Amino acid sequence: MSLLGAPEVNKEGEFIVNIGPQHPSTHGVLHLKVWLDGEIIQKMEPHLGYIHRSIEKMSESLSYRNFIFATSRMDYLSAHINNQACALAVEKGLQIEAPPRAQAIRILLGELTRLSSHQLWWGCMGLDLGAVSPFFYAFRERELIMDIMEETCGARLTQNFMVPGGTMYDIHPNFQKRVKESLVKIKESFKEYDELLTGNVIFEGRTKGVGYLSAEDAISFGCTGPTARGSGVSSDIRKWFPYDGFEKIEFDEILDNGGDCYARYKVRMLEMKQSVRIIEQLIDNIPEGDYQAKTKNVIKLPKGEFYQRVETARGELGVYIVSDGAASPYRIKYRSPNFSNLSALEKMCTGAKIGDLVAIMATVDLVIPDVDR
Amino acid sequence: MNNEELKSALTAVNPNVTFDETSEFMQAFVAPADFRKFMKAIRNNADLEFDFLFCLTCIDWKTNLTMVYHLLSKKHRHQLVVKVKLDDVNNPILETVCDIWKTANFHEREVYDLFGVKFNNHPDLRRILLDDEWEGYPLRKNYVDENMISL
Amino acid sequence: MSLLLDIGFAVWAHSLHEKIASMISNPTAAQVLEMVIAGVCLLLFLVPLCFFLGYMERKVAAFMQMRLGPNRVGPKGTLQIVADTVKLLMKEGLTPNSADKFLFNLAPLIVVITSMLVLAPIAFAKDFQLWDTNIGVLYVSSISSLSVIGILMAGWSSNNKYSLLGAMRSGAQIVSYELSIGLSLISIVILSGSLKMSDIIASQADGWWIVKGHIPAIISFIIFIVASTAEINRAPFDLAEAEQELTAGFHTEYSGMKFAMFLLAEYINLFVVSAMAATLFLGGWMPLHIGHVEWFNHAMDFIPSSLWFFGKTFFVIFIIMQFRWTFPRLRVDQLLNLEWKYLLPISMFNILLMTFIAIMHWYL
Repeated sequence: MSLLGAPEVNKEGEFIVNIGPQHPSTHGVLHLKVWLDGEIIQKMEPHLGYIHRSIEKMSESLSYRNFIFATSRMDYLSAHINNQACALAVEKGLQIEAPPRAQAIRILLGELTRLSSHQLWWGCMGLDLGAVSPFFYAFRERELIMDIMEETCGARLTQNFMVPGGTMYDIHPNFQKRVKESLVKIKESFKEYDELLTGNVIFEGRTKGVGYLSAEDAISFGCTGPTARGSGVSSDIRKWFPYDGFEKIEFDEILDNGGDCYARYKVRMLEMKQSVRIIEQLIDNIPEGDYQAKTKNVIKLPKGEFYQRVETARGELGVYIVSDGAASPYRIKYRSPNFSNLSALEKMCTGAKIGDLVAIMATVDLVIPDVDR
Repeated sequence: MNNEELKSALTAVNPNVTFDETSEFMQAFVAPADFRKFMKAIRNNADLEFDFLFCLTCIDWKTNLTMVYHLLSKKHRHQLVVKVKLDDVNNPILETVCDIWKTANFHEREVYDLFGVKFNNHPDLRRILLDDEWEGYPLRKNYVDENMISL
Repeated sequence: MSLLLDIGFAVWAHSLHEKIASMISNPTAAQVLEMVIAGVCLLLFLVPLCFFLGYMERKVAAFMQMRLGPNRVGPKGTLQIVADTVKLLMKEGLTPNSADKFLFNLAPLIVVITSMLVLAPIAFAKDFQLWDTNIGVLYVSSISSLSVIGILMAGWSSNNKYSLLGAMRSGAQIVSYELSIGLSLISIVILSGSLKMSDIIASQADGWWIVKGHIPAIISFIIFIVASTAEINRAPFDLAEAEQELTAGFHTEYSGMKFAMFLLAEYINLFVVSAMAATLFLGGWMPLHIGHVEWFNHAMDFIPSSLWFFGKTFFVIFIIMQFRWTFPRLRVDQLLNLEWKYLLPISMFNILLMTFIAIMHWYL
């Protein structure tokens, strides 16, 4: 160190800043090594694995009923949809289908999860850009959904409500009433969200033209979800490969050709409205009947490979089960949306400023446990 | 493109490819030597145009390691699984595809980290999830960890 | 009653002065003693002021975010900030091993001292002023720009890259926004024809400058508020701290009382710029007077002048606090664009306009 304690550049004359693993805006233990020239990012390198738990290895020794619940801990903000993907993958192997009632409940809970995840994202987005107040407004409505989840599933965040062949229990008698009451409030809140952030001059300045990702790059980097759709790449699994009866439901895939942070922001904002639309279609039309198909106590999948994908709040989650006929999977691969989205981060960040890095990370909406698995 | 058309198109690219249609996706088995040329061809062929590599992983079959590439064409909406068997379990080596699909960069690092498959010409082949000092490849079936509790 | 209060202070101060003069024959020693007494009084005033500002900030934030804010320690949570101060006092004042220890420990003192110095020429009430110098406005703007030295010192000496980035941002920011502040202050100086605080306040006896100065005064008031928010590093211009980007910017490495000093300085600065805005644009302690409507002016005179001053100051503080909890943060290039492309040209044009109005005597 020099005589006057100045932070030195390294031998190559590079100024490297380590952002994370403990940093307010990485939303978890992500470590970004950033090469800076003044404020401008020359190069960026993510270091992962701070909370790697090897869920894939764990699943190899768990039964087909149990491994589902480990996935709640991957993308904990869309835990429900992760569970659904695993349940669907096992159902695909067993060649059964969940009863219509279970399918409707799955979609309803899944869309509520997506809504709550996007609400949290919206709050954090404001927080990352330095506006603290939106966070509290976002949590106000998220709390309504969390309460519904608690009442029906018994848990607020990691619901673990899915089992192969349907849902674990039937919905709570209050479910429909509470969802309808909450939807009224949530729809009103969208206007407030727009007033707080969307039209703000500073907000637009911080997001428009920042973190550009072209459609070709989005496909090449394997981006999915709102990150890809913000670049105009159609990637909604609910439209491409409908599951659990999504083919019968009317909704639009939101696409925006902007490719910048503002486009991704708008896609998520409009997706929330589509989720409300889906819930409104289903909430009064939940079919009567069983909520669970009959399955054996010990599930054994036939020998073979089963790939199931779903659209989580962040993109395409793929569950790839390789079975050798035993009671637990031979190999499981989770194709997590965040892992691929993260790889595009460097492309978006290079040439941007430190303040932009925060905005870009906010709009990609990374959940680190899902990256590390 | 349906499976039959795909088959003939793929055979035109490489006559040594074998197919398996028992699973959900059609599977194409390629020899490691032809692998990179084949992948480049199906990415750039205008009729095939597999531009979206949505899943890249490896399976340890004890006797061999099988690399699995799930591919999708955003334009033509057809899907394909490309499999490559690596018979040398102790020192598996395959050509990289990370210049063809950028997402392969991270996924190949993950496979290297957890299975020990080395990718030739990969720009930055380091462990991605585990420590740099980690010994062994955890997702291999012969991996032993004295702290591991089996249920 | 207000007359009593105001005269009371002048009489009291004068009698104290006489008493000291009679006790101590050496005039220099007597003056030093008076200064010490004034300094202690100022410190005793600043501590509760900062407590109150801290409490107010939390309550305003809570109000804007649908929360209750502090409500456990003391009645309505009023003592929460005291508890926090005690906590900060008892924490270890850590100095990093690789920091430049002398500069590291000096920096918070410089920041606090410069912000306290600025309080000297501010008139808190009628005849209640520490130092009515004839270059009051110039003094305020020159001393307040010194605080950047402390911030740069803190950022440099911490030997932390976040701190250095924060300090560099802060340097660029304060140096640029200094210009707009200076120009908007000058526009009032043009109108009142004096740099002396008491003269400026006296010139607003028949109406505040923001009313009398027509549109140019309103423009320079807005510019002053915006630029001074940037000057004191508050959101949306808090790039030097920028929690989400630089963790805590220039004071990342500070803890305990040294950190509290930065906090103290931030609140004192907030008070100072608001007091300046109140003095120059809103008439300082001068009650609301409308032309020659005698009965109204008399009625307003009954409200004590200190209440007028603090009422106006806290009104401005309230506005600046609302900025903080409403807007997202600007990026560093946007921040400089705002100053050099918008605020500076506008305030330059504004000065021309103001000079024209002053020459033509178009103000009331």
